[in-house]
Amino acid sequence: MSNVASNPTASAAMRRQTRLFMVGAFAVAAIAFMVIAAGGINKNLVYYWTPTDLHAAGDKAYGASIRLGGMVVPGSIRNRSGVSGLEFDVKDATGMVHVKSNGVPPQMFRENIGVVVEGTMTRAGYFQCNRLMVSHNNQYKAPKAGHPMNKEELKKLMQSTEGLSDSSK
Amino acid sequence: MTEVAMTPTQTRSNLGRAIAIALLCIAVYIGLVVTLADEYLHADLSLGLPLAVRTLIAVFGGLIGAIIFLAGDDLGGSLSNVKLLFGIAVCFLVLGTYFGLFVAPPERFMGEVQRIMYVHVPTAWNGLLALTFAFACAILFLFKGDWKWDALMEGSIEVGVVLGFLLCCQGAIWAKPTWGVWWDWDPRLTTTAVLIFAFLGILALRKFVDDPVKRGIWSSVATIIAYVDVPIVYFSVRWWNSLHQLQSNPNTVSEPFWIPLRANAFGILFLMTAFILLRARVSKLRLENELAPPPLLEAELGEAV
Repeated sequence: MSNVASNPTASAAMRRQTRLFMVGAFAVAAIAFMVIAAGGINKNLVYYWTPTDLHAAGDKAYGASIRLGGMVVPGSIRNRSGVSGLEFDVKDATGMVHVKSNGVPPQMFRENIGVVVEGTMTRAGYFQCNRLMVSHNNQYKAPKAGHPMNKEELKKLMQSTEGLSDSSK
Repeated sequence: MTEVAMTPTQTRSNLGRAIAIALLCIAVYIGLVVTLADEYLHADLSLGLPLAVRTLIAVFGGLIGAIIFLAGDDLGGSLSNVKLLFGIAVCFLVLGTYFGLFVAPPERFMGEVQRIMYVHVPTAWNGLLALTFAFACAILFLFKGDWKWDALMEGSIEVGVVLGFLLCCQGAIWAKPTWGVWWDWDPRLTTTAVLIFAFLGILALRKFVDDPVKRGIWSSVATIIAYVDVPIVYFSVRWWNSLHQLQSNPNTVSEPFWIPLRANAFGILFLMTAFILLRARVSKLRLENELAPPPLLEAELGEAV
């Protein structure tokens, strides 16, 4: 009896059955993984469009709710300090879109950083954004040696583009 | 002190324990001691191993060492293993917290906010590790049919789900000041949420099934299938456009940041292993209680599966 209590599949027939269950589970798992990894789901499921995708979509982009992702073009930011009326350009390798946004951007927002904006393309030719998200890359660097790191310096640094040339994509 | 003759099982579990401790020591040495010596003593203790090899040794040494340690515990009355793990975990977490809060410089763009990385990333690694334990336990339960694996699986899933929940909270706290939002349905965040709910579902399944044999088999099968989401979470940032950044590696993270990151990773690893052992003991006691009345047991086993 103690043998049964310590071993739920004590009989050979039962163990064969649980091993079959294991093989079955593995088969289901492997098929699911293959379908997701190799089945092109990453082509059909898109989190955001790049400016190139947006231009390629043509008329479909107007009025539809869209996420647009890309880099903030250097020198294109206007009205950063204001509560509204922020404007900037978003680009990828081959396309560029002008974005108008309301609200205060996150502190990390600056030139050359990745952004994902939610909104819609207008007939006037700009992207009206109602949600602005900043996307940073996987680089985490200590400040250069001897750089003063008091709070004010830090704040200035976070809004500047210093040191970005080596980290921009 | 009375001499107690060792049974073969005890000898084997002692050997397993020794191997596990050796692997964990190697992982800590390669992962943390080498970095500490390099940073503060300017001494090269890396034994000439390249960085990529060292990273792999630290990761797999920790993973396999912890699995062997879990497997070698008898889930009995003695809590010496649990106490040992808790003690080691506290040391690492104190070290990691001190370095993370007071020694490592602020990140050049994110500033002080970036320090949350020192808990967020170790939580993510260890959460996926806990679910990997659960996956291994599910296979061993179905293959070997020992209740020990059922108990360890329940413990691992529960600890993994708690770590996953903490991961999302920490991530949200980090995301608000950097991304500008608490949460968005980007591929990494969505697949992580799916992972947590899938394993939460398996815990619910275990509560609903009264027959221990069916419960063990069904939840093992479900664990193997749900585990598919773990590699998907890992690769999500490469397969899809996402808001979440790609995985970092030692080349994209400055060296002063490595010490708190790795000290906390080992701290959470030991803490997690201790919690899994404690939680598995509870599961085992419950199981013994359920299996206790012999007449019922035979009837249950007869109609099981």
